[in-house]
Amino acid sequence: MTFQEISSFSQSWGLVFLVVMFIIAIGYALWPSNKKKFDDAAKRALDED
Amino acid sequence: MTFQNNPPTVSKLAQSLVIACMGIGIIFAILVAAKTTSGAMQFHAFIFMTALTTGIIAIINLSGRIEDEAPVKSPSGVFYNNNIIKYGVIASAFWGIVGFLVGDILAWQLAFPVLNFDLPWTNFGRLRPLHTSAVVFAFGGNVLIATSFYVVQRTGKARLAGEIAPWFVFWGYQLFIVLAATGYLLGVTQAKEYAEPEWYVDIWLTIVWVTYLLVFIGTLWRRREPHIYVANWFYLAFIVTVALLHLVNNATIPVSFVEPKSYTIFAGVQDALTQWWYAHNAVGFFLTAGFLGIMYYFVPKRAERPVYSYRLSIVHFWSIIFLYIWAGPHHLHYTALPDWAQTLGMTFSIMLWMPSWGGMINGLMTLSGAWDKLRTDPVLKMLVVSVAFYGMSTFEGPLMSIKAVNGLSHYTDWTVGHVHSGALGWVAYVSFGALYCLTPWLWNRKGLYSLKLVNIHFWVSTVGILLYICAMWVSGIMQGLMWRAYTDLGFLEYSFVETVAAMQPYFIIRAVGGLLFIIGGLVMCYNLWRTILGHSADEKAPENIDNAIAAQALGE
Repeated sequence: MTFQEISSFSQSWGLVFLVVMFIIAIGYALWPSNKKKFDDAAKRALDED
Repeated sequence: MTFQNNPPTVSKLAQSLVIACMGIGIIFAILVAAKTTSGAMQFHAFIFMTALTTGIIAIINLSGRIEDEAPVKSPSGVFYNNNIIKYGVIASAFWGIVGFLVGDILAWQLAFPVLNFDLPWTNFGRLRPLHTSAVVFAFGGNVLIATSFYVVQRTGKARLAGEIAPWFVFWGYQLFIVLAATGYLLGVTQAKEYAEPEWYVDIWLTIVWVTYLLVFIGTLWRRREPHIYVANWFYLAFIVTVALLHLVNNATIPVSFVEPKSYTIFAGVQDALTQWWYAHNAVGFFLTAGFLGIMYYFVPKRAERPVYSYRLSIVHFWSIIFLYIWAGPHHLHYTALPDWAQTLGMTFSIMLWMPSWGGMINGLMTLSGAWDKLRTDPVLKMLVVSVAFYGMSTFEGPLMSIKAVNGLSHYTDWTVGHVHSGALGWVAYVSFGALYCLTPWLWNRKGLYSLKLVNIHFWVSTVGILLYICAMWVSGIMQGLMWRAYTDLGFLEYSFVETVAAMQPYFIIRAVGGLLFIIGGLVMCYNLWRTILGHSADEKAPENIDNAIAAQALGE
């Protein structure tokens, strides 16, 4: 495997992979059914312990 | 999980295994001490032997100690490991003062070179890594280990995993600090900025750090809360990324297994890029992600308000993770690094404006409905100002990564000023805030010894920071402009020494600012110490409840 092959792979598929991962992360953050879980979690630091 | 409802016990098997490993370590150390030609490495081998022997004695005594301590159940029924965090608080305060003090000595050395004393051990070149390692790794590292151990237990409602491992992490990390620091003074360094310790100290840190990762993951594993609170994501990213950075940037080949010297496996510009990929992500994941973990727990807790937007905190986390890792090349503008790589580093740095400011807004807006507390609670004031400094220095950083700006700012005092607005204003202030919170919580005090002293600490240190960063802005921009000034005939207008002479007044202002910062730190140590002793200056009433009951009984 040459440098050229590795670099073209990472510049195409590597980019696609990272962008898809990021979109999944944002999707998770904004998914409507996660709202209740996040609202509870926002108060986690305030628990009695 | 039933095991958490019972008081913790130490496994005999684990005890024996760790003692056996430490015994092997002692044999290695004896061999190195006998074979090495380096006085510094021999000294380190002796430190190692002493530390491991003490460790073995401590582990033998461990089971007895836990019973003596009589672990206390929290309101939700968990036996938290608080003891290790108490040690972490004290170690953080101690190393903080050491690191600030060495930094200020360096500031005075720059203003008055005679203070180098013409001795190898005290010259600027050896003291400088001592300062950076002491503040970043010793102070910052201890704060991160202590707060992460606190936060992961409370937000997961689970006791810290392991009874020996957390103590190995704590004391092993202190040993790493001592080996690194004494090595610098004796001239042992691999000359990579913020990664100066030589190969054998690097290996020791790797062992400690992997244990730290296992303790953290093990605690997450036994958590009772299904959702992992966002502060833990930041801590976990910090631990994992620092492990990765450390392993790659310290890939070296020692000249011999009994000599301190090693050679890096990379060469030339590849080595430079690896180094700055490491160093910038040490800023991004050690000094930013880790301390954001502190922000996401301590700011809501102290303000008694939920996180402003939990969704934003998740977006903040993932954008920091995806963007920071590419920003390193901005340290190598106008060098042999290919132009496209420099532009890539610059572009990703500028994109970091968004998550940084998103995070800052999230931290600040957590105070909505509780802004009045800033008038009455100086600890919260410190935390909030730290978040403001986070916003300010993460605005300045991307600005300085723009090539045209970097052409003026690089290699000047502007960089030093920028780093310290982040280090003093953000990292140290959020740490001070966390220490002020943790001390009364851990030692079961109603509050701090004196809130007035916190206020004094706040103002003395803030004036110190402002003197420091303003002096460095003026000095750095002046320095950059003097370097690029040409005469009508096309010659450089100033010699190098003329630029240094012009900067001296600002060096003195900076050193005074640093001195104020240390004074503030000492005020904090005094305050924390009196809090631990159970004293209170703000009210006449006895501090803890036991005393109150005793006083009442005496009165009757």
